[in-house]
Parts: sequence; structure tokens; C-alpha cells
Amino acid sequence: MKSHLKVAARTASASPERSKGNQDNVTQLKSNDSKARISPEVLTRIHDVMVKSRVLEERLIKMYKQSDGYFWIGGPGEEAFNVPLGLQVKKGEGKDYDYLHLHYRSSAIVLAMGAEPIGSIRQMKNVATDPYSGGRNFSNHYSIRKWNIVPISSTIETQYASAIGTAIAQKRHGGTGITIVNGGDAGTAEGEFASCLIWASRPINPLPILIIVTNNSYGISTPSEGQHGEKQISDRARAFGIESRTINGNDVEESYQAIQEAMDYIRKERKPFFIEARVSRLYGHSSASGANFVGGEADPLVLFEKKLEESKVMTRKQMDELRDRYTQEFLDMAKQVKQEPMPDASTIYDYVYFGQRGKGW
Amino acid sequence: MLRRFTTTSILAREEKVGKMATIAQAIRMALHVGETKLGVTDIFGEDVGPPLGGVFTATQGLTKTWNSPLDERGIIGAAMGIALAGDRCVAEIQFCDYIYNTIDLLKLAGNACWASNGDWNLPMTVMTPVGSGIRGAIYHSHSFDATATHIPGWKIVMPSNALDAYGLLIACMKDPNPTMYLKPKALLRVKGEDLIPGEPENEKELRDRIDAPLGDRTQWKPKWPEGLTDFTIELGKGKIVKPGKQVTVVSYGRTLPIAKQVAQELEAQEGISAEVIDLRTLWPYDWAMISESIKKTRRAVFINEDTEVSNFGEHLLRRAVEEHFYDLVARPRLLAGAFLPGVGLADPLEAASVPQADSIRDLIREVAKEAA
Ligand SMILES: Cc1ncc(C[n+]2csc(CCOP(=O)(O)OP(=O)(O)O)c2C)c(N)n1
Ligand SMILES: [Mg+2]
Repeated sequence: MKSHLKVAARTASASPERSKGNQDNVTQLKSNDSKARISPEVLTRIHDVMVKSRVLEERLIKMYKQSDGYFWIGGPGEEAFNVPLGLQVKKGEGKDYDYLHLHYRSSAIVLAMGAEPIGSIRQMKNVATDPYSGGRNFSNHYSIRKWNIVPISSTIETQYASAIGTAIAQKRHGGTGITIVNGGDAGTAEGEFASCLIWASRPINPLPILIIVTNNSYGISTPSEGQHGEKQISDRARAFGIESRTINGNDVEESYQAIQEAMDYIRKERKPFFIEARVSRLYGHSSASGANFVGGEADPLVLFEKKLEESKVMTRKQMDELRDRYTQEFLDMAKQVKQEPMPDASTIYDYVYFGQRGKGW
Repeated sequence: MLRRFTTTSILAREEKVGKMATIAQAIRMALHVGETKLGVTDIFGEDVGPPLGGVFTATQGLTKTWNSPLDERGIIGAAMGIALAGDRCVAEIQFCDYIYNTIDLLKLAGNACWASNGDWNLPMTVMTPVGSGIRGAIYHSHSFDATATHIPGWKIVMPSNALDAYGLLIACMKDPNPTMYLKPKALLRVKGEDLIPGEPENEKELRDRIDAPLGDRTQWKPKWPEGLTDFTIELGKGKIVKPGKQVTVVSYGRTLPIAKQVAQELEAQEGISAEVIDLRTLWPYDWAMISESIKKTRRAVFINEDTEVSNFGEHLLRRAVEEHFYDLVARPRLLAGAFLPGVGLADPLEAASVPQADSIRDLIREVAKEAA
């Protein structure tokens, strides 16, 4: 096939200029002679997970609106960045694999890693079978130890602090496992963001962390332009000598390539890399702001499907069928989950301590 | 280069009670066992590594120590991550006065297991010096037990002597949960009365072996006593440090040795028989021991030096009232720190702000003598 989308091949080891962290590093990273193509299989795979995660989020929103859940927050609008990220994670348990310190817009990452959508539906309905919190936490608050996905907490930015520690352990351990942390733009005003930059770039022990900010230009209702004087959030990383770039997170190939280059660099150099991805927020902040589709923002899935159609990787019909299939599947799952039991009140004290059941004092 | 470590010399006044290791030395020895036998990978915090080895000398001479940036939230976050990755760390917050900006993260460390419905556990220890007694003024005298015991998911200990300091720290380093090790500043230099297993009997020998010299220590290496073990004091177990019949006194940390001494004097001089319990672990605490004692004495006093409002002693008092209302023959009491923004520096201010021997003696006597 001649019409594959282009992405950069795996970059060679970092050049001396790159490790200086100078102003031009973004362009240097971008200019790469040896372009590779994402195979149609991978493109189709990316598309599949993008649709899956979009339809899943829309199902969660419907559940909220039908009172099958108390609160929705999630990631529609971030799929073009999050799916390529999830697909490139080195998945497994322990220091040889990647640790993920995520926030509440990460469903597409977790689905790309292979999570079952019904888990998200169960958490939305806060039933006992919720695999991530047993009905204790909000939607999209994942915890998957066997894949190094540490518990997602609602507390903005704290994940940037705990990311320091897994990276310290991985640096000492050696190998190619890295730590990945993501969060929003407004949260970068919190202290933990600065902590992460400082600790990741200590000259005595630079850390293998992929530091990600998905910038949707808002913190709930507050536009970032009135609160943030820095031109780009990625400039802050540059001040610490951290390799850093701002990308269009609504573009699948740009995202895939940037993530691949960043991961290659971190796995090899055992140093931090920073990506600011400009993304959309298609259903507003959360159910607290209505969870209705907002116009005027670029839809990464629409953009990608247009490209797939133009490059003849997929037909409109195939894509529509896929969407219909997931829509029906998730509707059926939601119906099934509605029949599942709520957690038992007697379990409230379980796991205050590791392995402990019952009150214990 | 010759450096003088003024912080150490000002704060680390040597005091004598027993003849054995101090709490600071006990902590150091326990950490040595931790890093050589219990898989401790990181002992870190502000000025924890060489050259200083901690502002109270508690981390001198160890091999897994390192200095962190001056960032308490970073320190707790790093500890959480190290624990999430399955390594085992002891992180220090230099003074508990500076731990307050980490409460968000302490909450998270405490809830990660519960919030994930048992999926994750965080085997990490945070240690921090607490309390008054070293003329620490407003920002080196805070207590943290009232706040720490308000954060579920942690196990919290506070030793009052060197042997317990050792055994409790070993227990913390073995526990799969977040553990908080509160070090009573005023007692760190007090010599113990009981020998730690493996400790040399001659305390000068111990000093020569494990105390770093002042000045240049780049060439210095400790000679750890060979016989040190993983002697463990089970978490959640208190200790009756003075048996008695008339009134139960529950305390921990700085006020514990004072309460014990006062109780001994009251018995010798006035025939008042107080039973003094060193709680040692604040959470989960030894209610069985307290409860048994109250059933016997039918009177109870709770003593600590954190501020009195929403104080941990208030919880114990509430439970004593709820479960032993009909056993008690006198009003149970709490003696705690005055509800103030801080502890003032001048002697009369500090003395009036936190329990001292006189106030402890008066209260024990009063409760013991109150008409049934
Ligand atoms: C520490 C903290 N402060 C406030 C909140 C409430 N809150 C939840 S989301 C949010 C906005 C976050 O904006 P941003 O970091 O840009 O992420 P986005 O939601 O836009 O992806 C706020 C203020 C919180 N959860 N945690
Ligand atoms: Mg935002």
C-alpha cells in the first residue's frame, strides 16, 4: 500500500546537541531523515481503540444522565494522543516495565493497553465488581497493579510527586522500564509539578520519566490564558535542561511519533523527557458542567477518520460499522452491569491495611 | 575542608538517664539492620546523607542514605513511588513542623490500598522529629500525633526510649503499609536503660564505633556492632512501664518518662499507686491493655503534648467514657498542650504551653484522690 501515514523511525541515540536541552531541540527532534510508516494494521488498531474509547465515554455519559452513576469525568477529545501512548507502553508488573501515574482523562490509554471496557462501566455504576475500586471511586479512576497502573486519585497533580519514586527505583534497577505521568494544564500551577521537574533533573540522578501535560486550555471553567504567563508549559521543563516539546495532540501521527521518540530517548538515556500535547475537551470538564458535546473544538477522531478514508486505509462503512458494534456492545454491558450487586456495607473497613478485612480495631 | 555542624551541636544536647545507647544511636543501628538485612533501599530527606547524617545524627554512617532537594512534598511523593515500585524506603521530614504541607500526600499514601480495594500497598516509613523540649520556639516544637492519627491507613509509632526506638523502627521497616515514626526530639539524646540485642555493653565503645567525628568525616566509617539483630517490637502493643492499682496513666513520647518518674515519686512519697502505660504505637493502639488497666484502677488520665482540641487523647478519653462509664469512679482526664498556634521560646512560655512534671503530678494526684 502506498498511502500509509508517515511517522519517524526509531531515533538513533541522542545527539550531543540534543542532550544540551537547547532552544532548538523541538525542531531537531522533528527533523529526522529516516521516516517510517505506520502500518495499516497499526493505524486500524489505533482507530479501533479511539472509537472504542470514545463510544465507551459516551456510554458512561449516558449512564450518568440515566442515573446509572453519580458523576462522570473522562477523556473524550484526548484519544489521538492517548491511544498512541497506551499502545507504546511497555506493559507488565514491576520495575522492568513502565509505571503509569495517570489522571482521570486516561481511559484511552488504559483501553489501548488492553483493559476490558466493562471494568469502566462497572466503576461508573459503582458496583461490587468494579475492578479498580470495588465501587469506592469515581469513573475513570483506574488501578491495575499487574500493569503498573498506580491508583488514580482525584487530587490534581499529586501523581507528579509519586512518579518521582517509581523512576528512582527504575533508575537504580536498570533495564528499559520508564515512568509515565500525565495531567492537565491548570494543574501545572501546583507544587508537585515543580517537584517533578526538579527531582527528574537532579544532576546527581536524572530520572527516566516521560512527563506529559495534556493541555486543553482550561481548568474546569477558567481559561489558562488569564492564569499562565509562560508561553508554553514545555518552556518550564526546558529551564531544567529537560528535553521538551509541544505537539498537536489531536494528530495521531504527530503524537505517535513524539511519544515513540520520547520513549526511545528515555529508555536508552535514562533521563526525563517532557511532552505538552495540545488536546480538546469535547464534553466539557465533567458531568458537573453537564457533560454535553461542546462545539468549536477539533475532534481528533473526526480528523483521523478523514485521513484514514482519504488514504484508503479504511472505508466510511467499516468505520460506521465499528462504531455501531461498540455502541451495541457497551449498551449490552451497561444493561448487564445494572443487574450486578452493590458493594456490601460490611466491607467498608476492608483494605485500610494491606490484606486486612473487617474493622480490625 | 573542615566543617562545623552547628545545627547538630546546638540541638543534640547529651542527657543521661541510663547508660546505654541513645534513641538517636538506636535509630541509626536499626537503620543499619534495615539496609543490610531488611531490604531497605533508600534512607533519604533533607541533610540525611553525608556529610551531615541528619540534623539529629540519626542517619550517620549508613550506606543507603542520600540528600534530597528541600521539598517535603517531593520527599513524600518519592517515598510513595519507591514503595509503589516495591522497594522499601525510610524518608525523613527534617522537623514535623514542616510536614504539614505534605498532608495531601500523606492522605494519599494512607488511602492507596483502600481506594484500590486492596490492589496496591505502600511499604514505606516516614520518620520525623516531634515536640517540644529543646527550646525550639514556634517552628521546632510542633507535635504531629493529633494530625497523624487523623490520617487513616498509616501505622503510627512514637518511642520513649532507645530499646523501643530500635524495635519499633524494625517493625515499621518490616510492615507492608505506610508507617509513621515520630521521634520525640527532647529524648533523642537520652541514654537508654535497657541493652539493645547486640549493643556493646560499654557505651563509650558504642560511641567510638558509630558516632561520626565532628569536622571532616570524609574518611570516617562506622564500625557497626556485629551482633545487631532484627529485634522487633510488635506494632499495636503498649507496655506497662510502672504497674499500679489506683489510676491508669496513658502517655507516649516526651511526656512518658516524666509520667513514669512522677508516678514513682508519688508512690514513694504519698502512697499513690499509678499504673503507667507507654502506648508506643498510636495507631493501631493497644486498647486491650488500656481497657484492662482501667477496669482494675477505675480511674484514667491521658497525657500527651499535642494541642488539646481534637487531640488523640480525646479519642482515648471518649472511648474510655463510652466503654467504661460504669467502671470509672472518677472523671477521666486529658492533659495536653495548650491550644495555641505554637510553643513560645522563653522558658516560662514553653513550660506553660506543654505538660511538665508539675502539671502531670498534680493531675495524677487529683484524679487518684477524687471522691468516688
Ligand atoms: C488539588 C486539587 N484541587 C482542586 C481540585 C478540583 N478540580 C478537579 S479538576 C480541576 C481542574 C483541572 O484542570 P487541568 O489540570 O487543566 O486538567 P483538565 O481537567 O483540564 O484535564 C480542579 C480544579 C482537585 N481535584 N484537586
Ligand atoms: Mg485543562
